[in-house]
Amino acid sequence: MNTITLMKQVPDTTDIKTDPKTGNLIREGIESIINPDDRHAIEVAVSLKEKYKGKSIVVSMGPPQAIDAISEALGMGIDEGILLTDKNFGGADTWATSFTLGKAIEKINTYDLIICGRQAIDGDTAQIGPQVAEFLGLPQLTYVMDIEEIDDRKIIVKRGLANGYERVESPLPALITVIGELNRPRYPRVDLLINSCKENARITLWNAADLKVSVQEIGLPGSLTRVIKTFSPKMKREGEMLKGDKGEVVGQLIERLTGNHLI
Amino acid sequence: MAIFIDYDLCTGCKRCEKICPYNGIEVKDGKAVVNERCTSCGVCIDTCPENAISSDIKEKEVPDFRDRKGVWVFAEQADGVMAKVTKELLGLGQSLAKNLNQELSAVLLGNNVDHLIEELQEYGAQRVYLAQHELLSVYQTNPYTKVISEIIVMNKPNIFIIGATPIGRDLAPRISMRLNLGLTADCTELSIDQEDGLLLQTRPAFGGNLMATIKTLYSRPQMATVRPGVMESKRIGTSSNCEVIHVDSSLTKEDAVTRVLEFVGEKKRVVSLNDAKVIVAGGRGVGSEEGLKPLFELAEALGGEVAGTRIVVEEGWLPVERQVGQTGQTVRPELYVACGISGAIQHRAGMLGSRYVIAINKDERAPIFEAADWGIVGDLHEVVPTLTNAILNRKGK
Repeated sequence: MNTITLMKQVPDTTDIKTDPKTGNLIREGIESIINPDDRHAIEVAVSLKEKYKGKSIVVSMGPPQAIDAISEALGMGIDEGILLTDKNFGGADTWATSFTLGKAIEKINTYDLIICGRQAIDGDTAQIGPQVAEFLGLPQLTYVMDIEEIDDRKIIVKRGLANGYERVESPLPALITVIGELNRPRYPRVDLLINSCKENARITLWNAADLKVSVQEIGLPGSLTRVIKTFSPKMKREGEMLKGDKGEVVGQLIERLTGNHLI
Repeated sequence: MAIFIDYDLCTGCKRCEKICPYNGIEVKDGKAVVNERCTSCGVCIDTCPENAISSDIKEKEVPDFRDRKGVWVFAEQADGVMAKVTKELLGLGQSLAKNLNQELSAVLLGNNVDHLIEELQEYGAQRVYLAQHELLSVYQTNPYTKVISEIIVMNKPNIFIIGATPIGRDLAPRISMRLNLGLTADCTELSIDQEDGLLLQTRPAFGGNLMATIKTLYSRPQMATVRPGVMESKRIGTSSNCEVIHVDSSLTKEDAVTRVLEFVGEKKRVVSLNDAKVIVAGGRGVGSEEGLKPLFELAEALGGEVAGTRIVVEEGWLPVERQVGQTGQTVRPELYVACGISGAIQHRAGMLGSRYVIAINKDERAPIFEAADWGIVGDLHEVVPTLTNAILNRKGK
């Protein structure tokens, strides 16, 4: 069972604070982490390897410092890491990102299963998995909460949906996107982590030339969409503070609720 | 590719710093400096009032898409029942179509779903593209992608919006790659740029800490998924005409690829905060599972649901399907009563769309008061039961 896991290094968005005066993001000092859903994807790859042998590769696209995330994945038991890094990959929208990842997977060529996290916490788009599946012409199974059966030819999974779950069968090779309910990711092993930082660690860097893509197809020039502005969310209302003892404030509130036909 | 700053012209006004989506340009010692996070996207160039920013990037020429007409909505349904988000999309679609003076169409796939046409029309669809087939009776990625892609290629719409539901988020990216279309996920606001007529797609990023507005410049239809519960549906009645176009799909068994073996409904997953008119929500201030009791009583008096913040769910006082916020659900009830909630940005991101907000909190400096229409400083364990009694008394009269 050869697997390719797609992973993203992201800022820890739960850590993000905003400047109370300007409402702007304070981005300094935010830790970079492996995207939480992708940890579950890595866990799938490592446990499949333990059970069925084969090779596990993790692929990430990002700036050179994303190599830290790859080292961590190797520490968790992944065999080999590939970092797609090139200034020309920068500014990519999801289409251009999926195109680039798809080209990298085509270059790797041998795989039975591609594993992705459901979505990344910095963008929350959940688009990369399905787009890569379409690029490669593979069936996709999103929101996977359990892998019931897997062999050389097929996989049966449970897909977690809003009002229940669905059991689906798909031929392999296929692409799955996984949600947190699926497993508990292991911690990196210290010896593997140390190995992953050595010079002979199995980490490869690929740039645009390695993927044989033109700079017009990738990064910002390859993107079909453009971010035209960003701003802090409007959180404020013209709040009216009701004053008095609890009987009085409740009385005032009832007035407001009746006045606005809420009760 | 690079961005250049003319230091003789730069006044250090920080406009570029503010607008940069990537934090790639900063003002240091009174002058703008481009750092390693810069992606050369060029957003800063136009904002500079001194024309101090330039770049060597040649933007691709934007194709002429003026022949693309029509606003399309994906009519999501399951078991012959229209998804609520479909009506919301039609509500939004009505205003987009009116603004552009174009037609609003719904794309309906399924098997034996003719009865839904009238409903689509009632909520604003002027045309329905209807594809019916055995393989479309339950949503499956490949058949749906194939049929919708064919309809798009044939009819060349201008805008196509889809609900950001589990189905929509599975389907939309698949279509986007098949037809090479830009796609913006999970939008909370869509409008038309009055200057160029393009769709302005606004969505939260960075865990709700930042909003980004995006345009699709290089592909048509302009495609976006829209967060459920954010847009308002608008029923227009049955008087207007609705054209139905029957689409012959070329589906064969091989198109299914995957096979749904069974669907298992789970009751506990069904709590739908999305549909609730009133939500009474508790935060850390409720103190315990027992402390939620007055909230349930108030919710019952108001005919609403109880929800909680991440803390309340992590403490195990409420199940996860009742969580409101960035990592939980986004809700837009008529009335949101925030009890003992401090109002962290992640929570507020999930309840911003509420029509009216009441905040009850002991701490008068709690940020939730900034997001509230009416604020009461006080102990929820006293205020909430008093409010419940007052409402019940009023009803009794």
